[in-house]
Amino acid sequence: MTEVVFYVFAVAAIISATLCILQRNPVSAALWLVSTMFSLAAIYVLLNAQFIAAIQVLVYAGAIMVLFLFVIMLLNLGHAEPDMRGPSTIAATLVIVGLLAIELFALLQYNPRKLASEFSQWPAFSDPATVFVAGQLSQQESAARGVVGAVAAPLFQVYLIPFEITSILLLVAIIGAVVLAKRKV
Amino acid sequence: MFLGQALGLSAVLFSLGVAGVLLRRNAIVLFMCIELMLNAVNLTFVALAQLHGASGYVMVFFVMTVAAAEAAVGLAIIIGVFRHKQTVDLGNINLLRG
Repeated sequence: MTEVVFYVFAVAAIISATLCILQRNPVSAALWLVSTMFSLAAIYVLLNAQFIAAIQVLVYAGAIMVLFLFVIMLLNLGHAEPDMRGPSTIAATLVIVGLLAIELFALLQYNPRKLASEFSQWPAFSDPATVFVAGQLSQQESAARGVVGAVAAPLFQVYLIPFEITSILLLVAIIGAVVLAKRKV
Repeated sequence: MFLGQALGLSAVLFSLGVAGVLLRRNAIVLFMCIELMLNAVNLTFVALAQLHGASGYVMVFFVMTVAAAEAAVGLAIIIGVFRHKQTVDLGNINLLRG
């Protein structure tokens, strides 16, 4: 049953993503991308990442895509225009993407469990390996700490400094966006 | 659970994002394709977090933050370019071409 749900949402994500890159109207492309993100949120739930699924819907499908739609409507780009590149570029794209896909699927042959066992034997270079034992299932962490707590504990204990640096990144992004979009500086 | 399938789906979505970046000339659609690639990487993080513990979720959190900042600054740049050139077609934006 769960497998059927997973495959339904996986196929929905792939079809939505394909339509997103093929739609000529930017608004349609944005809406198909929202559909892709919703399908991915459902897959995150199946992968025991309920909190990530929630912020995927809130931040990605909610905030970021609304920003895109605002800009499309602000610039009045909501009409379909032929913006595909020429046939030679399409052929080159198919070759490049095909090679990339072959490469990525070849990476799958490398057994993740083997990777996990190798990862657990690396010397501990920082706190995560000691605080959160590698190979520990996220399901167990969720059961022990709750869905949000399983994310909050590493975020505010081990990754506290990167988390604080994130606030500087967002401040710089806010100032940059305001300065760039202003008419007269 | 679903580890291989999730990684395969991630590979497909990333390839579709690269195809979109190479195929389209509309700058906004190109940005959306970059978001698609970031989503594919997020799926990889979430899938592997089942093996490696909750640190993967924290990485997804940071990727989302960077995506939000990138979208805000990138769309501001697109608005600025549109004000100068009255278009977002990348074929017409060739000011830096030698």
